[in-house]
Amino acid sequence: MTATTPPRSPSIKALSAGKISALKMLIFVLSLIPVGLLLLAFFQDELGANPIETITHATGDWTLRFLLITLAVTPLRKLTGWHWLLRMRRMLGLFTFFYAVLHFGTYIVLDQFFDWRAVVLDVLKRPYITVGFSAFVLLIPLAVTSTNAMVRRLGGRRWQALHRSVYGIAILGVVHYWWLVKADVFEPLIYALILAVLLGLRAWWREQERVRQRNAPPPSATGRSQGRIIPILPQ
Amino acid sequence: MLIKHAADIRPSEITAPELYADRRRFLRLAGAGTAALALGGPAELLAAQARDLGPLVKSPFTVGEPLTPRKDVTRYNNFYEFGTDKSDPAINAHRMKTDPWTIKVEGLVGKPRSFDLDQIYKLAPLEERIYRLRCVEAWSMVIPWVGFPLSALLKAVEPLGSAKYVEFVSLFDPKVMDTRPVLDWPYKEGLRLDEAMHPLTLMAVGLYGEVLPNQNGAPVRLVVPWKYGFKSAKSIVTIRLTDKQPNTSWNDAGPGEYGFYSNVNPDVDHPRWSQAKERRIGDFLKRKTLPFNGYADQVASMYAGMDLRKNF
Repeated sequence: MTATTPPRSPSIKALSAGKISALKMLIFVLSLIPVGLLLLAFFQDELGANPIETITHATGDWTLRFLLITLAVTPLRKLTGWHWLLRMRRMLGLFTFFYAVLHFGTYIVLDQFFDWRAVVLDVLKRPYITVGFSAFVLLIPLAVTSTNAMVRRLGGRRWQALHRSVYGIAILGVVHYWWLVKADVFEPLIYALILAVLLGLRAWWREQERVRQRNAPPPSATGRSQGRIIPILPQ
Repeated sequence: MLIKHAADIRPSEITAPELYADRRRFLRLAGAGTAALALGGPAELLAAQARDLGPLVKSPFTVGEPLTPRKDVTRYNNFYEFGTDKSDPAINAHRMKTDPWTIKVEGLVGKPRSFDLDQIYKLAPLEERIYRLRCVEAWSMVIPWVGFPLSALLKAVEPLGSAKYVEFVSLFDPKVMDTRPVLDWPYKEGLRLDEAMHPLTLMAVGLYGEVLPNQNGAPVRLVVPWKYGFKSAKSIVTIRLTDKQPNTSWNDAGPGEYGFYSNVNPDVDHPRWSQAKERRIGDFLKRKTLPFNGYADQVASMYAGMDLRKNF
């Protein structure tokens, strides 16, 4: 993963490698709780009258939640100076993909039971499924290129350009939810507002940066101002 | 769909397993209720037990399919006035007071009047009818309702020749209901007069042989088994006969998605999802949805010559 280094690092709160590992383990375990609770409810026959619907909604909810949590890493890091957050981002992104796979798998296996004709018709004819399916497909290259080797192979700049597609994917995800509710858009509205804040902060910071650079002395000989891009690799 | 052979034991005669398992709690509650009465406590504790549906008439309008368990019928349904999650009504609807209750019948009728619950219960012999219910969300149930034909109530008020439609208005009590403007409250539904007079069209006061639970639309609700579930308005307070097609809540909210007729039709999809199949609650695999929810023999003639794609 890459990030532009802040021009002046605020008081660096570097954590030891051991603490980073412990935090990762903690977040890993916490991230498995939603699927654990679903499994528990399944075995205790507590998924309600329509278990397939319950599983579909729960896995969809958690996909969106993990997507927003992943997108919150950069703003939170900037606001708090907790740079270790960045070391959690890949895992959070992969958990987004994990729940998306469960959500999509539930639809294909439990809901449609491999009725491919119905699936294709859904994807083509139902806008909310079209956007949800697109979001899922677009997540695949991000998951595939999440390894250190892939970051190196692509190069930081290209890798970052690819992974910026997550902003569009998040919008598709919220639209998917918004378009499927019958009348009560309250919950999708909450996701939309959180996403708007997370994307709005980025836009605002970028604008600040642009203004700052315009007022700064002339840029380097390449004629392009650019932040130094470094891939963030685990130590 | 008329029964080939009716079951020997009616569902109303079977003690629901969860009630049986719950008998100790029932005894405690009954004890608490008695104590509350003795102490001058809230009488509504006993309100549910106060009304007896009496002997039920066996109805030929009954399907021979396995019943959806009572706990699913009462804990998984839509009643948006108590929240938009299908588990919300069972949690919140107890706040609604359903006795005393009156239904006002007005509009193009010879004898406009109000009915209280005693009068409603006596309009016609109460029947048990086992109907399929198909929700517009593509799930379905088989439910043993207790009720009487709506036609019995309408005949009592003598509809005028000019009456063409029947409008139903549900209770909206902001003190006990969700006031977010999800739909245009109060909830309104409507039928053509011939649909309303059809022998299948039921006014239900009970479920599984007992008084209708609040979350299922107590004390009186409509059940129109060949239409999507939302047409069967719950907790009805006003019935109005009109000469113009009435506005209905879902049609107002999404005219392209929820038509006035909303007859179950596997060939006319909801714009956002297919209606070709449905999941019967309790089943894993979906089943094919039947035209008019399997009641085509009885009701299709009412729509002869109509373009059901336009009049969806």
